[in-house]
Amino acid sequence: MNDALHVELERDDSVLVMGEDVGRAGGVFRATAGLRDRFGPDRCVDTPLAEAGILGTAVGLCMAGWRPVCEMQYDAFSYPCLDQLITHVGRYRWRTGGGMEFPVTIRMPYGGGVRAPELHDDSPETYYVHTPGVKVAIPSTPADAKGLLAAAIRDPDPVVVLEPKLIYRGVAEEVPEGEHVVPLGRARVAREGSDLTLVAYGAMVALAERAAAGLADEASVEIVDVRTLKPLDEEALLASAAKTGRVVIVQEAPRTCGYGAELAAILAEKAILDLRGPVLRVTGYDVPYPYWQIEDAYMPSIDRVVDAARKLLEF
Amino acid sequence: MAQVFPAERELRRVIGAGHSVPDRALEGVGERELLELYRSLVLLRTYDERSVVYHRQGRIGTYAIFWNHEAMQAGAVHALEEQDWIFPSYRESAIGLLRGMPASTVLSWWRGHPAGWWNPADYNVASICVPIGTHVPHAAGLAWGKRLAGEDAVAIAFFGDGATSEGSFHEGANFAAVMRAPLILFCNNNQWAISTPLDAQTRAETLADKAVGYGMPGVRVDGLDVLAVYEATREAVARARAGDGPTFIEAVHYRAAPHATADDPRVYIDLERVEEERQRECVGRYERYLRRLGVLSDEQAEQIRGEAAETMRRGIAQAEAEPAADVALLFEHAYADGRVAFASELAELRRLTGGTEAVEPDEGPEVQV
Ligand SMILES: Cc1ncc(C[n+]2csc(CCOP(=O)(O)OP(=O)(O)O)c2C)c(N)n1
Ligand SMILES: [Mg+2]
Repeated sequence: MNDALHVELERDDSVLVMGEDVGRAGGVFRATAGLRDRFGPDRCVDTPLAEAGILGTAVGLCMAGWRPVCEMQYDAFSYPCLDQLITHVGRYRWRTGGGMEFPVTIRMPYGGGVRAPELHDDSPETYYVHTPGVKVAIPSTPADAKGLLAAAIRDPDPVVVLEPKLIYRGVAEEVPEGEHVVPLGRARVAREGSDLTLVAYGAMVALAERAAAGLADEASVEIVDVRTLKPLDEEALLASAAKTGRVVIVQEAPRTCGYGAELAAILAEKAILDLRGPVLRVTGYDVPYPYWQIEDAYMPSIDRVVDAARKLLEF
Repeated sequence: MAQVFPAERELRRVIGAGHSVPDRALEGVGERELLELYRSLVLLRTYDERSVVYHRQGRIGTYAIFWNHEAMQAGAVHALEEQDWIFPSYRESAIGLLRGMPASTVLSWWRGHPAGWWNPADYNVASICVPIGTHVPHAAGLAWGKRLAGEDAVAIAFFGDGATSEGSFHEGANFAAVMRAPLILFCNNNQWAISTPLDAQTRAETLADKAVGYGMPGVRVDGLDVLAVYEATREAVARARAGDGPTFIEAVHYRAAPHATADDPRVYIDLERVEEERQRECVGRYERYLRRLGVLSDEQAEQIRGEAAETMRRGIAQAEAEPAADVALLFEHAYADGRVAFASELAELRRLTGGTEAVEPDEGPEVQV
């Protein structure tokens, strides 16, 4: 993320980063470290503590010709900005008859599994995906994190980038140097297989990989990493469903109206004749994210994914 | 007609400093009360210092340190009656101890264990609020509701300097003023919001100035002077009880510890300034005051510290002795009929995991709060 921000601020003078603790401290997850020194306090701005204010002023900054990249410090602390997002960010281009652009990027760490106190663990993607006029990307690898963020910043529309906390710490890999853009709207086949497809995004991709390894003796498992939830790469989803005929969706967020429900609906509409069994979902539960001593029981586990896969294989 | 309340500029003080600033006597406070205040200060200080150690030992998770915030918390709570409600932020996590809450409860909260959740009605202490400023309207609503119901209870909401930038703070303050809610808005101005200094948070000369716009008094007090805090809060409580509405109290001091255990202030703070501020330490300052009055003996001080240490020893032992949380708790309490509504989810989970799979505080990465 940090590398992408350096490259994009260098590349385009109208890009600026703003948020709580992004400047002096370089972000509580260090995503913006070094930007203030390199580009100055006007292009890496420590804002007052006000998420609605951050996104609301970002709308005006867009009108003044800037491309703001807003950091929300944590998933659940982005909620005050939802008012601006829903009432303005997603509608303003439309309201101007396409006359004005609002190329704002909103990025935030999200998701659980990090042993944190309440409200540091949410998976809020549905709120964002459900808002018309807004795009949503979720990387699952460091290289995609860089490339999707770059694409989000360059995109003419508002894009929300949710960064799984578990990959901040958990995954180390080389990322491409310099400019690296992963286009929005393209999924990635993270693993090729022929018997069953696991569809996942964010931290759930790594979980799917471990589940696939666990199933290696029983089935050849394909993994589709969604990467962009909106616009969705339907083609990749349908191609994999056509190939394997069995789909299990893994999502960390609560079940009801979660993104998995949308994926399942699309499969029901467009892949019904390819399917050899029901589309199954492994998700978080419809309860508040729990205190962390039992958070592992809330999160989709390898056991739950393997269990769902077996059910489908035996269907 | 609306009244105009000019906000204060000077910090109120009771405890003096050397020859130039003499101690001031506080009316209506006897020896017993002075010692009670000391007991509270020591308890909070001990809680905080032990917690930092427990964190280092992996016995609690990420923890928001409140070192040198004790005078504000103890001073304000002592000005309340039992029926009055406290709305803490994460910075006042242990304030319930002053209302008889077991230390193990708060330690469990930081251990990510369900024993850390309490029923606010048991102590008139609301849940620890994590999203900044969002509890200010709750406190305004409770105070308003008590007044509507004809009950004699006031509320106090604790929040930081950073919180005064949030919409929730402003909406809550305005509601309280408009509804004449018996509320004390207690701002712990430690001059930092994680790495963001006060001058990047506001251009107002003081935070108390904000009160003017809502038509309520804005009081400024030295946040390290427990008696000044007590006196200012007592006055605000009297005003609230008399039906005159809310008061904003700005308690000024300086955050002389990291924001939380996961925070590394070296990258944004002047460590020399922090060292200087650490010398202005609030418990010792009060202790010296009591000794000047001849109210506190060495034996008493020793005994009070010993009691606090014992409270913490018992507290952590109890918290660690809590049985591992059952995963069934995932499905309880969000809805009245949780266990029923989620019966099939629970059955599946039990089938796959064989029951409990709780984790310990020292497992996993540490994140900022
Ligand atoms: C709505 C919201 N946004 C961001 C955060 C992350 N956060 C936790 S503490 C903090 C700083 C708060 O500063 P202040 O209000 O001065 O209180 P202090 O921590 O100094 O007691 C921030 C930004 C949060 N908890 N809630
Ligand atoms: Mg502060």
